[in-house]
Amino acid sequence: MLTVRNLHARVAGREILRGIDLSMRFGEVHAIMGPNGSGKSTLARVLAGHPEYEVTEGNVLFEGEDLLAMDPETRARVGVFMAFQYPVEIPGVNNSYFLKAALNTIRKHRGEEELDAMEFMTLIRERMKQLGMDEVFLTRPVNEGFSGGEKKRNEIFQMAVLEPKLGILDETDSGLDIDALRVVANGVNAMRSAERSFLVVTHYQRLLNYIVPDVVHVLSDGRIVRSGGKELALELEDKGYSWLEEPVGK
Amino acid sequence: MSLDLYRTEFAKARAHRPKGEPAALAERREEALHRFLALGFPTTRQEEWRFTSVTPIADQAFALGAPPVGGACPVDVDPFRFHGVCAAELVFIDGHFVPSLSTRAALLGGARAGSLAAAAAGHAADVEANLARVAAFERAPFVALNTALFADGAFVHVPAHTVLEHPVHVLFMSTGANDGSPLMSHPRVLAVLGDNSQASIVETYAGPEGARYFANPVTEIVLGQNAVLDHYKLQRESAEAYHVGSIYLRAARSANCASHSISLGGALVRNDVMAVLGGEGGECTLNGLYLADRQRLVDNHTTIDHAMPHCGSREIYKGILADRARGVFNGKIIVRADAQKTDAKQTNRALLLSEDAQINSKPELEIFANDVKCTHGAAVGQLDEDAVFYLRSRGLGLAEARRMLIHAFLGDVLHRMPLAPVRDGIEAVVERQLARALEAAA
Repeated sequence: MLTVRNLHARVAGREILRGIDLSMRFGEVHAIMGPNGSGKSTLARVLAGHPEYEVTEGNVLFEGEDLLAMDPETRARVGVFMAFQYPVEIPGVNNSYFLKAALNTIRKHRGEEELDAMEFMTLIRERMKQLGMDEVFLTRPVNEGFSGGEKKRNEIFQMAVLEPKLGILDETDSGLDIDALRVVANGVNAMRSAERSFLVVTHYQRLLNYIVPDVVHVLSDGRIVRSGGKELALELEDKGYSWLEEPVGK
Repeated sequence: MSLDLYRTEFAKARAHRPKGEPAALAERREEALHRFLALGFPTTRQEEWRFTSVTPIADQAFALGAPPVGGACPVDVDPFRFHGVCAAELVFIDGHFVPSLSTRAALLGGARAGSLAAAAAGHAADVEANLARVAAFERAPFVALNTALFADGAFVHVPAHTVLEHPVHVLFMSTGANDGSPLMSHPRVLAVLGDNSQASIVETYAGPEGARYFANPVTEIVLGQNAVLDHYKLQRESAEAYHVGSIYLRAARSANCASHSISLGGALVRNDVMAVLGGEGGECTLNGLYLADRQRLVDNHTTIDHAMPHCGSREIYKGILADRARGVFNGKIIVRADAQKTDAKQTNRALLLSEDAQINSKPELEIFANDVKCTHGAAVGQLDEDAVFYLRSRGLGLAEARRMLIHAFLGDVLHRMPLAPVRDGIEAVVERQLARALEAAA
């Protein structure tokens, strides 16, 4: 469903991604791990279409379509969702108003009927319950005054409502305590299906105890230097990232 | 261009005045004309007009418009009406009252809303006591010009202990030009609220799209003790028009006054609001919302004069500027030596939608009392690009994302305007005017 070929990208004139190759199939969960500054979050943001990141080489196909040619809203509409590492506070924009507008835009794009207020409320109540969220969230402005954990939970909640084909989790685990981590992971696991894939960007192996990946990639200096099964994450946990810098036997 | 034009127009206007105009008012008009001729149009060398050149107004020969013949309406008034929500709707064309376009439901408790010229001719005591006395023209050329030349306007009187449940709407329409020469009008409003009375008054200024004309209104508001007024000035002139307006407001003990200035149209716009809290315990709210695109200019000058102790004032002005538009905000707060326990708060925020848009913003605090609370804050910014991306990443289009953020930006000032029919129309107009700027790439 997702094919990344020789992807190079830079931000503020600095090259961060130096040739990423990655291939994901429907139903798979891939984890992207790596030390700080390795380009994990850049990869997530480039896939979501963040305007500050410039792709200088390579291409990305999503279901056979040129993802990089799409603006951010089109990517969202065709089924790409990124849970932000730092969700943005938007004072004055009501959470449920925003989410209803987003959902109906996406539904329209899919050729589905837009939901009316009642149908929407029914849907989000159910999703909120799954994520143990208080309904007071709905009446508040987007992320404003939310704690770090609440913001991350709100991201997963939005993902559960918008039902993307590809969910990209950009360090969703950072700043979460173990209980919140479990809630978030359960939310993701509940969404796993043969028609949906996840790209889980994380610094720590901890999250992968709960969201068990099919493939683990290790990023270093803008390239994938190792790929393997879930055991690779444990190995990293054990040895740290420094051994990656040693030459790899060919 | 010579000011003689105004002398000529004055002579013409004098010949057409209603016969009953009291001698005292006629004299006041002569004084005002001479004052205007002595002052001339302000220049950017004057501090009050530093950022706003009125040369485009001074350089054109504007003529006073004649009353519409036989009540025929040369312009479409309908889009600017508030259908079915007003106690009275007074319609003026080029400054002349048009009864056939106006509606007046029975006003309660002896309240009146009608032609100011007629009230003056009838020697109404509240007109004689207040007209051209609240708005001082000695140092204000545009107020002097209005006082000399106004044909008519609205007089709203709410007697003591009377509550007007529904708003009074005063609609000043300009027609634009006559025989190729651009028209000017000098609408006048006098609102007098007796002790313990309550009312809502909306003034709308509008003209046909694309028309170039000059509107120079002056409003005088006098509030008795404990009176409560919710006042709106909705400026929806054509995008080519010149609009210079002044509102003078005087509040007695424990009066509560809100004046909302919504400025959406006009090529060159200046709004002055001068509020005097002249009795203990008064409350004043000034809200402003302005919008300009292309090369338009909107200048808001406000003064809140805390003359007596224990008064509070709250002021929030918010503006959106696109393209090469310019905004000016000058908010003066005076706290007189007697005005202990004053509580004044001023906020001014501008949103710039393009790199070429600009705002000159200045708070001016003159505080002569020592036991007061005065705060002011100003902020200028662009739309938060991170927020725009966040919304887009959830599927919302660029224009929709920007619209949502602008709605949020205007939200708190709009929510401070209690009258829903006014509030409701504003966002639609803002959206329509900004449609181009919203679609444009970041």
